[in-house]
Amino acid sequence: MSWLLAFLETLLFIAAAPLLAGWIKRVKCRLQNRKSPSVFQPYRNLLKLYDKQPILPHPASWIFPAAPYIVFASTVLSAAIVPLVAVNLPTAHIADMIVLVGFFALSRTFLVLAGMDIGTAFGGMGASREMTISSLAEPSMLMAVFTLAMTAHTTNLSEAINYVHDTGLVLRPSYVFALGGLMMVTVAETGRVPVDNPATHLELTMIHEAMILEYSGRWLALIEWASQIKLMLYGVLIANIFFPWGIAQDFSPASLGLGIVMIAIKLAILAVILALSEVVLAKMRIFRVQEYLSFAYLLSVLGMLSHIILEAARVYR
Amino acid sequence: MSIADLNLYQQAILLLAGLIALTSFLMLGQSRLVRLVRVFALQGFLLALATAMAANVLNYPHLYISAGLNLLMKGILIPMLLHRLIRRLGLHRVMDTIEHPARVMMGGATLLIFSYYVSLPVINHSPLFTLNAIAVSLAVVLLGMLLMITRKQAVAHVVGFMSIENGLFFAAVVSTYGMPMIVELGIAFDVLVAAVLFGVFFFQINASIDSLNVDHLSKLSEVDK
Repeated sequence: MSWLLAFLETLLFIAAAPLLAGWIKRVKCRLQNRKSPSVFQPYRNLLKLYDKQPILPHPASWIFPAAPYIVFASTVLSAAIVPLVAVNLPTAHIADMIVLVGFFALSRTFLVLAGMDIGTAFGGMGASREMTISSLAEPSMLMAVFTLAMTAHTTNLSEAINYVHDTGLVLRPSYVFALGGLMMVTVAETGRVPVDNPATHLELTMIHEAMILEYSGRWLALIEWASQIKLMLYGVLIANIFFPWGIAQDFSPASLGLGIVMIAIKLAILAVILALSEVVLAKMRIFRVQEYLSFAYLLSVLGMLSHIILEAARVYR
Repeated sequence: MSIADLNLYQQAILLLAGLIALTSFLMLGQSRLVRLVRVFALQGFLLALATAMAANVLNYPHLYISAGLNLLMKGILIPMLLHRLIRRLGLHRVMDTIEHPARVMMGGATLLIFSYYVSLPVINHSPLFTLNAIAVSLAVVLLGMLLMITRKQAVAHVVGFMSIENGLFFAAVVSTYGMPMIVELGIAFDVLVAAVLFGVFFFQINASIDSLNVDHLSKLSEVDK
């Protein structure tokens, strides 16, 4: 029963990811005073791409056709680990947050390899930029995760969410810092505006698009879908770790229904915040990204230090 | 005693302590003078808010007066004064770049750890919950000094000096519930007078070496010419 639920939750996760992307696009269009496409447009795009025949570039090795499947599979596996609607699911107990970061690294490695595999200039450029950014973003994400792990005394996501949920509203300085750090990392890792522009095909500024420039057909569909799932993964992580209220702690239909409604509301609000920041901020020069990411790292380190200095239990004699 | 056992106001004081430390770090990394002054004003606001919270939690009404005084001086008056000086000296476009920002930031984090290590024996001998923040206040003092060391512009030095005073004030609030009123009033007016005097000095320096970059002060004008 619980395995079935875990399976259904993962299915819901990957089915809802394009909807979130469509919603972000809609909010962004509204903020820029444009007419928006339907929120279901990403589904139509994926279907259209799926029907088309993929084209294999001439110099490509086996990595190029294999990469989309590996990227998609590892992203789906990480979606299975992250609690979306309910905690205490069996999949959440198999792996912890460090494994999650590992899955992200696996999918990124293969995307980068595929970008370099075909030997175009853009692929190599995008790959090197992606690796630079992720090598700077990963420490701050891990630091934010460790801050959480130190308060909850576990690196298991499900148990950590349970802990935060059960202690109720506590104003922890460390969580404020970790939240800020994780949000900045999210923007960098999912290629949103101040770091990368998902809508552009302007050669010199793109990072993610440069790597997947040669993909077409269902391979492109898989990669696009995987990146939508990744965006939603970060959103769910932020929503459920820092604001876990409403998540289902048992498997009764009422609490599961409440869980679905609550996570939908939380993600919709986070998407509005993301769209707002994208409208307000301009894209950074690539050489300023390391300043941005070192600030994210500083926030995460301050989170950990403030946990030790301000919050930790102390004994006075 | 961990943070979950405190009530919401007490947690808010600790949260504000964290944010004050963050503003100190922001000042350390800010290369534009106008923004530096703005972050300094923000620190003044947060400090006043934390003091008012402490007054509420500990039921010490005289702390409200020092919170108001702090808000008026460090949150509004001195930033406005510095802002006007920057405008009149034409410094609002000057970049005071730091040579190794990442190294300075890591140095700042080290100072925070150091001040925690130093204040640990004090913290361990008292049941007072606000004492957790004493490490932060010490760190604000040290970070202000680091700001003064790493910068070249005289205005940035003054901001660093004022933020040292912020740290001392915060230490007084969290460890002894504020200083006696007469001392606090005296310090507040001293700081205000200092800000005015610094303004006069800026004009003097600017008139004699044509710049507020203190590195130029060490050169002999006759040798360079």
